[in-house]
Order: sequence, then C-alpha cells, then structure tokens
Amino acid sequence: MSIHATKELKAYWKENLVIISVLLTIWFVVSYVCGILLANQLDAYRIGGFPLGFWFANQGSLVTFVVLIWVYVGLMDRLDIKYGVQQD
Amino acid sequence: MSILVWTWILTGLSFAVYIYIAYWARAKTTGDFYVAEKSVPPLLNGMATGADWMSAASFISMAGLISFLGRDGSYYLMGWTGGYVLLALLFAPYLRKYGKFTIPQFIGDRYYSQTARLIALLCAIFVSFTYVAGQMRGVGVVFSRFMDVGINTGVIIGMALVFFYATLGGMKGITYTQVAQYVVLITAYLIPAIFISMHFTGNPVPQIGYGSQITAEGAALLNDPSTQGKYLLDVLDGLSKDLGFAAYTSGQRPMIDVFFITFSLMIGTAGLPHILIRFFTVPKIRDARSSAGWALIFIALLYTTAPAVSVFARTNFIKTVNNVEYVNAPSWFKNWEKTGLVGWKDKNGDGIMQIRPGKWDDPKSANEVKIDQDIMVLANPEIAKLPNWVVGLVGAGGLAAALSTAAGLLLVISAAISHDLMKNILKPGMSEKEELWWARGGAGVAVVIAGLFGIYPPGFVAQVVAFAFGLAAASFFPAILMGIFNKKMNKEGAIAGMVVGIVFTAAYIWWFKYGDPASNNPAGWWLGISPEGIGTVGAALNFLTSYVVSKFTKEPPAEIQELVGSLRYPGKEVPAASSH
Repeated sequence: MSIHATKELKAYWKENLVIISVLLTIWFVVSYVCGILLANQLDAYRIGGFPLGFWFANQGSLVTFVVLIWVYVGLMDRLDIKYGVQQD
Repeated sequence: MSILVWTWILTGLSFAVYIYIAYWARAKTTGDFYVAEKSVPPLLNGMATGADWMSAASFISMAGLISFLGRDGSYYLMGWTGGYVLLALLFAPYLRKYGKFTIPQFIGDRYYSQTARLIALLCAIFVSFTYVAGQMRGVGVVFSRFMDVGINTGVIIGMALVFFYATLGGMKGITYTQVAQYVVLITAYLIPAIFISMHFTGNPVPQIGYGSQITAEGAALLNDPSTQGKYLLDVLDGLSKDLGFAAYTSGQRPMIDVFFITFSLMIGTAGLPHILIRFFTVPKIRDARSSAGWALIFIALLYTTAPAVSVFARTNFIKTVNNVEYVNAPSWFKNWEKTGLVGWKDKNGDGIMQIRPGKWDDPKSANEVKIDQDIMVLANPEIAKLPNWVVGLVGAGGLAAALSTAAGLLLVISAAISHDLMKNILKPGMSEKEELWWARGGAGVAVVIAGLFGIYPPGFVAQVVAFAFGLAAASFFPAILMGIFNKKMNKEGAIAGMVVGIVFTAAYIWWFKYGDPASNNPAGWWLGISPEGIGTVGAALNFLTSYVVSKFTKEPPAEIQELVGSLRYPGKEVPAASSH
C-alpha cells in the first residue's frame, strides 16, 4: 500500500488532474464550440443529410460524451495500477 | 386486440414485475435502505441511473418540445447528457470513496458545520419535491390518456405502487425496480422509432435515419411523391420555411442564452442529489467511474433517438395534416382530438386545416391547428400505422419513466429526513432500527405529499423545473466541487457561497416568473440570459464568494484537510468524520 508515500500520491493526483483537464477540454469543444458557438459556420459542411453544426448539437456531442467517460475509466484504471492504489 | 386491452396487459405485467422485485429486494438495514448495501453491479447501477434520470418529461414531452425548437432544442440534449461527464470525472469516484449515505451528509461533514448540512438538506428537499410533483402528475396523465381512467385515480394507483416498493425496499428495492423500468421504457421508446425510421428511410437506426434520404414508401406515407430521394432534413427545412417558420436545422435563440442554458443544465444535472447518491451504491471506486459510463450509454440511447423522433413526427404531422380537408383528416387526428392534445379551428371557413406559426386560438394568427408537444411521442405509433401492441407499450413505458424517477426522488427526501435531520441533527443517539422506521415513515409521508401535488398541481410546478436545475447548479455543484478539489475551502466560504448562489438564482427566476413577467424576454433579461440559464451565473457567484470569503477566514482543521486528501485516492475507506 503506497497510501502514505505522499510524494507518490501527489504525482498520482497531478496525473489525474491532467487527464481531467484534457478530457474536459474536449467536452467543451464538441458541445459549446462545435454545437453552439461555431454551429452556424459548421453548417456549411454536411455529413449525409446533416448540416455539421446541427449534427454536433443533436448527436455528435452526445456520442463524444460517452466516449470521454470510457476513456477516463480506462486511463484511471491504468493510473491506479501504476501507483498501486487500486482496490481489490 | 384493442389498444386499450394491450395497454392494460402490458402495464399490468410490468407492475407485477416491479412488485415482485420490491418484495425480493426488501431492506433489512439502514445500509440497505440508503445505499443498497453498496452491492449494486456497475452495469445495473447504470441502468438504474438511466431510469432514475429519465422522467415522464424526457419520455413523453422532450421529443415534441424539440420538434418546436429545432436546433435550439439541443440545449436539452447536450445539457442533460453532458452533466454525466462532469459527474464521472469530478464527483462519482470521490463521493464513492467518501462512502456515506447522503449529499447533505457529505456537505455537513466536509464543511464541519451543521449550518451547511441544514442548507444542503433544505435544498435537497426543495429540489426533489419540485421534481417529484411533475412525475406523479405524469403518472396520472398517462393513465388517463391510455387507460380510460381519471387522472386522480391514476395518481393514486401510482402512489400505492411507489409507496409499496419505496417504503419496503428503500434504495435496494428502488434500484432493482429501476433496472426493470429502464428496460421497459427504452423498449417502448426505441421500437416505434425504429419502425418509423424504417418506413421513411429504410434505415433501422433512427439516429442515422433522420439524416438519410426518403424512400418510395416514405414518400407515399407523406402523400408526396416528390419527396422521394430527398434528404429528410432538407424536406423539413423547406416545409418549415414554406409555412413561415424558421428552417428546422437553424438556431433562433441568442447564442449566449443557448450557451448559458446548456451550461446550467449540465452543472445542474451534476448537482442533483437523486443522481449523485446512485454512485454511493456500487462496491468499488472504479465501479463508480464505470457506472457513470454505463449510465450515459443507456441515457444517450434515448437522448439521441429523441431528436430523430422529433424530425420524423414533425415532418409527418405537417405533411399529413396541413392543407388537408378536415373531413379527410387521418383517423389518429380525430382519436387524439378527444384528449385535447390536437385541435382545429376553422378561422377562414374553408374547411381545410392550415398549420402556420402562432397560436391556434389567437385570432390574429393564421394558424388553425393545435399541436400539443406530447402528441409527438404519444401518437407517433398510430401516425406511423404501427400495430396496437406497440401503442400499448408506449403507455407502459411512460409509466415506467415517471415511476422510476419519482421513487429515486422520494428516497432523497426520506433519507434527508431520517438520516440528516433526525440522526445527524435532532436525535443522534437513536438506534439503527429506529432510524429505519424514520426512513420508511419519511418515504411514506413523502409519497403522500407528492401524490397530493399530483392531484392538486400547484401552479408553480410547471414553471419551476428551471428552478430545480438552477438551484442545484448554484448550490450543490460548487460546494461539492470545491469540497473535493480545494483542501483549503472552509465552512465560512462554502456557506457564504451557497447562500449567495441560491439567493441570487432564486431571486432572478422569481422576478421574471412573478415579479415582472412582462419583461421575461431577451430584451428584459440581464445580458440576454434567460431564467433557465441563470444557474450558470449563480454557480459562478458561488465560486467567487466562497473563494474570497475563505481567503479572509480560518482555514479548515487539519483532520478535514486529511479527509479531503484521502478522498483523492482509491484504497482504504475514509475514516469516520468526527465533526459533531
């Protein structure tokens, strides 16, 4: 159990914060930037019958949200093992 | 068999399953009652969270609502799903590590303050009651529309069922019934959508179908051969513009408002107690993370289908009703006219139904057709000529959605009374057995009050859903976030922040709903932010106030900082907090 090795745990927390920041940046870009702020501009492009900005607002951001959580789950599983803090 | 018979059979079967599960999962300890003994597998917890989350409004009203809003309606879709990313990354694992029973308890322990606990408790009760009133009404409405019984009788049947499994089973009973309710509601939602997508575009996946080209069969259903081979969205955009509406795929609302509403809904979602406590019920911390992932898969399944249903239903509705002589109106139109969800007023006396912008009962508008938003989901199977059992399934699905959400909310209220108010504030010495009686009693009383709200809906209910989200956004979200990510945040800061956030948000909403409703429009709003989006500002004020106040007051005691530190790593359970 490395729970008392403060330096190690600080590194674990720091890596965790980096993961959260990166994933939340993507979260912000797909929904707020692509689905709202730039939606009108993106509508000039299409995928199938969908104007792109409309698609991000209706479908794309939701699908990305699901992927983001599962990427987070995977990354944190690895991080827990790397620092030996996983529960079993 | 008729629709009515099918509805009774399917609803009766689903109710029998719920009752059986409730009996099987009855609670023996307070741990059972509050957090299902922390033994719920993550996938099942995800399903239960999905059912907990998707309410009568999500199931019955959302697709219709979006069909009137076009792209702007996406703030519901993004807002009510994006919050789960925040939940998974910022809250779920840490709250699970904390490992206790309720959100007021977390706030009270973390901020070593009975005042903070009390504010959180009142807030949790207010938010949950606001929300649950709509659910019980929803149960009554579904009963009355599908099963020929009065709304009040419907509410009472729903009350009796929820009373049975919430007081008997607590969280354990509720969780496993919610799993069954999720299966019922998602089946009921997807089957009609898949059929309709097949009919119109030949693609069985509605999420792709509504961006595809219309087939010959679809063009025949729309009574317009010229639409064959065209993209469905292009047809709907053109149709909307022809009738004087804006193009469906374009946004109309000011961008800043859409931005703030989406944000407010997201952080409000992440701050709703009945969702947060679901992450207390899984065995391990990694399970809390993955159950958020499962929850969002199950939720997104419905939330990505809803905009497809909106597009299919709106196109179909306009094409089969507009410019059609009333005598030739489709049979479903006349069926649903009896319920008052659709209607026609021949203003120009030509005997033809005209759909235009504006209200159908406003003499100045050329619009002659009343379209209630709920009709888009409720009548969809009939409009698409699906078999009767599919229509019956929609009734059972709507009930599942309303009952599952109601039960989750009632548990929050019951735990707030028995655990936070009685056990932690008024009567700390009571035995577990006594607490369990308070919990069951609290759930029972809450069911009855919720039912009364359903039978006598107070005028404010419909208007205050924004209130529930705004309040959760401005109080719980910042308080919990800082509780986990800022070791130095102290009780003075947190209390001041919550009070400022709540008062500001409540005052802003109150002003535009009651103080000066005439100015409730983009020109009257502060910076163009509607009451629906003001929770974002309330949350920002909460953060700012907390930060400033905490800089000028004593930092939290060492054992609290240690507790926060321990939340950040999986491993051992958190030691019992010694704050009271």
